[in-house]
Amino acid sequence: MSDITRLTAAELAAQLVAGEVSSYEATQAHLDRIAAVDGPVHAFLHVSAEEALATARGVDEARATGEDLHPLAGVPIAVKDVVVTRGLPTTAGSRILDGWLPPYDATLVSKIKAARLPILGKTNMDEFAMGSSTEHSGYGNTHNPWDLDRIPGGSGGGSAAAVAAYEAPLAIGTDTGGSIRQPAAVTGTVGVKPTYGSVSRYGLIALASSLDQAGPVTRTVLDAALLHELIAGHDPHDSTSLTDPVPAFGEAARRGAAGDLTGVRVGVVKELSGEGYQPGVLVRFEEGLALLRGAGAEVVEVSCPHFDYALAAYYLILPAEASSNLAKFDGMRYGLRVEPSEGPVTAERVMAATRGQGFGDEVKRRIILGTYALSAGYYDAYYGSAQKVRTLIQRDFAEAFGQADVLVSPTAPTTAFRLGEKLDDPLAMYLNDVATIPVNLAGVPGMSLPSGLSDDGLPVGFQVIAPARADERLYRVGGALEALLEARWGGPILAKAPELEVTR
Amino acid sequence: MSTSLVEYDEATERYDPVIGIEVHVELGTRTKMFDGAEQFFGEEPNTQITPVSLGLPGALPAVNGTAVEYAIRIGLALNCGIAESCRFARKNYFYPDVPKNFQTSQYDEPIAHDGWVDVELEDGTVFRVEIERAHMEEDAGKNTHVGGATGRIHGATYSLVDYNRAGVPLVEIVTRPIEGVGARAPEVARAYVQTLRDMFRALGVSEARMERGNVRADVNVSLRPSPQAPLGTRTETKNVNSFRSVERAVRYEISRQAALLDEGRAVVQETRHWHEDTQITTAGRIKSDADDYRYFPEPDLVPIVPDPAWVEEIRASLPELPVARRRRLATEWGYADPEMRDVVNAGAIDLIEATVVAGAAPAAARKWWMGELARIAKEQGAELGDLPVTPEQIGALQLLVDDGRLTDKLARQVLEGMLAGEGSPEEIVAARGLAVVSDEGALLTAIDEALAAQPDVVAKIRGGNLGPVGAIIGAVMRATRGQADAARVRELVLERVKA
Repeated sequence: MSDITRLTAAELAAQLVAGEVSSYEATQAHLDRIAAVDGPVHAFLHVSAEEALATARGVDEARATGEDLHPLAGVPIAVKDVVVTRGLPTTAGSRILDGWLPPYDATLVSKIKAARLPILGKTNMDEFAMGSSTEHSGYGNTHNPWDLDRIPGGSGGGSAAAVAAYEAPLAIGTDTGGSIRQPAAVTGTVGVKPTYGSVSRYGLIALASSLDQAGPVTRTVLDAALLHELIAGHDPHDSTSLTDPVPAFGEAARRGAAGDLTGVRVGVVKELSGEGYQPGVLVRFEEGLALLRGAGAEVVEVSCPHFDYALAAYYLILPAEASSNLAKFDGMRYGLRVEPSEGPVTAERVMAATRGQGFGDEVKRRIILGTYALSAGYYDAYYGSAQKVRTLIQRDFAEAFGQADVLVSPTAPTTAFRLGEKLDDPLAMYLNDVATIPVNLAGVPGMSLPSGLSDDGLPVGFQVIAPARADERLYRVGGALEALLEARWGGPILAKAPELEVTR
Repeated sequence: MSTSLVEYDEATERYDPVIGIEVHVELGTRTKMFDGAEQFFGEEPNTQITPVSLGLPGALPAVNGTAVEYAIRIGLALNCGIAESCRFARKNYFYPDVPKNFQTSQYDEPIAHDGWVDVELEDGTVFRVEIERAHMEEDAGKNTHVGGATGRIHGATYSLVDYNRAGVPLVEIVTRPIEGVGARAPEVARAYVQTLRDMFRALGVSEARMERGNVRADVNVSLRPSPQAPLGTRTETKNVNSFRSVERAVRYEISRQAALLDEGRAVVQETRHWHEDTQITTAGRIKSDADDYRYFPEPDLVPIVPDPAWVEEIRASLPELPVARRRRLATEWGYADPEMRDVVNAGAIDLIEATVVAGAAPAAARKWWMGELARIAKEQGAELGDLPVTPEQIGALQLLVDDGRLTDKLARQVLEGMLAGEGSPEEIVAARGLAVVSDEGALLTAIDEALAAQPDVVAKIRGGNLGPVGAIIGAVMRATRGQADAARVRELVLERVKA
């Protein structure tokens, strides 16, 4: 393998600027790495080698002529398959979109293209981002690079595994209830769910519109900050996108890395630890807290009593919105079309046959749940009540942020479980996201960064949560904790991951 | 099974009809309700589309500010309150012309609510119709069913969908039940839809062309034994797309429902279709309370919170509405009520106003448009506005008459020329040589010739018998090919004879 793939995005960007390496070399190195290890990892659903190399060549030529380039120009990136890419297959992990070539780019993809980052390909995911293990992909599951028998998290297991396996220095994820942060936790990588509205949702195939948010998947806090800066910003195509100017996240991360958190109040959410959390996870969490204290932070305990109802509320709001968002997949206009094997071929019957064959079990489960929750006579009891819980959770956050500048918790209750272990137990699967879901319900930003290995030798995630529109606090606190942890470990946690066998 | 009907007069003697009307108007914005696709009528199918119009995966709506402004204009013109904050909702149902399989509409939070509008019937009676709400929504695409009978989906071999119309902004205006109109219900329904159509045009929010489906009406009809009884079961006849059909559909439903009730049968709550060809309604979908559209607030859009100052700005900029304008013009022009009604019914009000602006007296303007021009339009089967003359030209023509340069008879000849495209009144007068002969020298010559030719007549006149003067005038007029002013000729003849 090439050394280039071990560089962080910031390091690679610096080498590109210095002319020590070309974007073409860097892109080719990552394509080689994908060819070498992605067979067993299966992080990618589609590799766009030609397009990536063409972009890289263009960047190199532009740089040679002294053209002004984005700081990340030429750094390759992988994009979760739920993000629409013009001319590149986009399936959202579903068979129902098999063969669809989008005629347009998501806004964040337009930004990536404008900044000229070569897009390596599209990453695997749970179908329509429904799941916590990537086992619900319609195209086979992704494997955790730390242990190929284990899940890489989900729904964005592909993006996290790609970054963890050095197949890409940067990736895009989306997070509706933890789909960026939980995979980051179980793969020893960094993932950020920005404030709702920070990154345009135009071109993200919607799961739950009021919860979805795209964000960076990287190996370092600084890389996440730089990528977040690139993809953020107001978009007139997304009415829910924020109009604020994009803060200097990279600056916040660099400042944090200096390690001084004097005066920063860190709130430990009482309800997000204890029962149900693996002892090894809690040990690493406590260790992280001690480091923050050592850096000058004031650590206080806060209570968010309504978080106990977050999972229940989430599993009403999400299916309700999803049942409507997924209605458009009906075989009439694009993607899979299945005609009934017998009987008349009417539009209604084609829709039914297409959806019956094209959707997987988890998707059907949630569509049925959501359809029921929105039905006349049930709406108030289910969707209505869930929205009230959501308001209560937002109030819990508001109160907690009165006492603390950031909140912290373990990202996920456990380390990566074995493939197949929870596949037949949806409730057990849903519980993986118990600590990440409240963040989406409130629209606030959250980050997961590695905080060491549990006693089973697998990575553990540390979650940092900030108030809405204060994402830079994530980068400052995350940057500090990362620096302190790496000083203790003597390098990044991923250095401790077993070498993947090169298959080609 | 043939439908039995009760004579309309009998039906309304035995039952009290109550109607309710939903009018959809397509707004004439440049782009669609939630996306940047342009919307012009009659373009090639599926050319006015974007990822949003097609509901492609990942596409998101963004509200068209002009459409909101138009909706507020309509709300204000209907004397409605404008919501301080309102939201869109999703109406979920599967149908191929709805690309997302839900329609983005307003459900429990309309932008305008609780208003009224006065409608005037042809005999001048005014009814006040109460408005429950006016809300914004998007239109669906257009299905074309191929291979079946009469374009219906039943029996079709395949269907085509044109998404050009998908996402076109609509405002739906819903009345409260219109009660107390009795046998005049069909007339009121028609006048209401016509009043709204005129209003949409005056507001500049829509071309409001019925034949293009810019304005579509759904009419609800129910009967009850007496005005004191609770409301009966209603039917909703969908997409009735001309004023005449609105009137006839209501009339038909009253007769049909009365027959059912007479037989002791129940009216089924259902949607019905109006058939232009056979002038009847037939049953469509059963509309039961089991219809469940699973409405919920559209999470992709933020609430619309119109700035009160902006709403007041819009209110201040509202143009004069048709009813008020008609009343003002009738007074200004000194038209009697029946005269004004004829003008309105002939669609001549704008034409007359422009003619008056061009300098004609209101009475003269009315005489042209309701007289000669109305006759010609009728002969040609054309609308007044479609005749190839402008109000400005008619005004110019009347000025020539007022100046004494044309007689009424000559002016009608000039009009012929104008309709034949020969140019402006002045040009035609010049080209056809139609000006009144006011050169007295030429006239006197003609008179002298006539007098010389008829000495016996001259003798009679001199003898005090003025009867035969007409013979001299006739000869002069013939000689001048009718271009002389007959009154002046008479004066000159008498002077000449006496001299």
